[in-house]
Amino acid sequence: MLQAEINILELEAIINGLRNGDRRSLARAITKVESDSADGREILRQIYPHTGRAHTIGITGSAGAGKSTLVGALARVQRKRGKTVGIVAVDPSSPFSHGAILGDRIRMQDLTSDDGVFLRSMASRGNLGGLSEMATGAADLMDAAGLDVVLIETVGAGQDEVEVATAAQTTVLVANPGAGDEVQSMKAGLMEIAQIMVVNKADLVGADTAVAQLKTLLAIADHGSWIPPILKTIAKTDEGIDMLADEIQKHFDHMRSEEHFDVERRNHVRGQIIDLTRAILQRRLIATTANDSTLETLINQVAERQRDPRSAALELADVISQKWSEY
Amino acid sequence: MASNEQSTSNAPVEIKPIRVLIAKPGLDGHDRGAKVVARALRDSGMEVVYTGIRQTPQMIAEAALQEDVQVIGISILSGAHLGLFPRIVDELNSRGIDDVLLFAGGIIPDEDIPTVEDIGFLGVFGPGTDTRDIIEFVRKNAPSRD
Repeated sequence: MLQAEINILELEAIINGLRNGDRRSLARAITKVESDSADGREILRQIYPHTGRAHTIGITGSAGAGKSTLVGALARVQRKRGKTVGIVAVDPSSPFSHGAILGDRIRMQDLTSDDGVFLRSMASRGNLGGLSEMATGAADLMDAAGLDVVLIETVGAGQDEVEVATAAQTTVLVANPGAGDEVQSMKAGLMEIAQIMVVNKADLVGADTAVAQLKTLLAIADHGSWIPPILKTIAKTDEGIDMLADEIQKHFDHMRSEEHFDVERRNHVRGQIIDLTRAILQRRLIATTANDSTLETLINQVAERQRDPRSAALELADVISQKWSEY
Repeated sequence: MASNEQSTSNAPVEIKPIRVLIAKPGLDGHDRGAKVVARALRDSGMEVVYTGIRQTPQMIAEAALQEDVQVIGISILSGAHLGLFPRIVDELNSRGIDDVLLFAGGIIPDEDIPTVEDIGFLGVFGPGTDTRDIIEFVRKNAPSRD
């Protein structure tokens, strides 16, 4: 029991340190949340009442779109405006080794020596379904630590990454000129989740065409009271970044306005709860099937073509629900 | 445990890869070695934060703090190791970071190795090192984060 007491004291120290803006406590807390430990969940539970001050901004787009550079530029503008900045930069884990190279610091060198900035790199850690829990958890911790703006950067490919982006209060979608096919694929969903669209690398040929394409798509997309602006930026030289920061602020004010606050807040929380539930269920699925022979039996049957994969999946779902109800 | 949140996940899959910072201090720009080591560690399942070149001791310590890494690998080819390494350790200490594994690579003359080890670098890996040796060294010596 002594160990448990030490643990409680340690958690208390981390939470107190974090709330007083101690950077080491914040870093340690993120590690605990990231490893999906009971400690991490306890920290998140305790700090949640102290969140809600920061503006969380998701930045997503395909690999090479210039997200890291844009996040760096945006962080600098926010600092000039007197705001402290937290950054959660998510990079993919290798599906083979589960390791990762996290290289966002390379593009944000100058921010490393600014004590108004806290940058944490995070690996997506495969398909355990915990990415949104990890990344939004880290953002909540930064919020509770008193950082004014929290930027969450993810590669916009795949359910998990889209979830992370949408978990932010304002989502910025980064596209590039000449990416016609990519713009087409945005019809599939990314368009609907973004409140601000950016055509980065706007000095390249085709920037105006890209903006025009996005406008056309937007015209037929379903958006609420906020109409997403489309901006051109050249993040490398800071061009257009001030305007982007202005639009982000406008969206924040819009969200916080009396007229929209309740609806926006509830929509946001609804999405968050559903995403987190999905992550938990996915993890349970993995954990349950790892300790159960049903899946192996079903695999054999389907592999032998004795039955079809859909009915096998239904049976597995039934078996799992049965097991869960016993807890 | 502090909580009884059995309900959150009934068979917690705790995932804790070793987190490593690879950094290049000083003014030499040759980062092939640093990248080879970073890749080898990634391929062995670790999460490697790579800072890029021309880092000051202060930037390295600050990155180690924010990223909460267990291990720091420093690559240096400029010959400034005896000047820079103690400053890196000082910057770490001033932030209360006393539980990380330090190792070095690059061009460090044999006669300097005892000094570098005294400064706090447990491993020194020169040219020609088998990356498997570095992986094994890190696995064996990385402090746990719990």
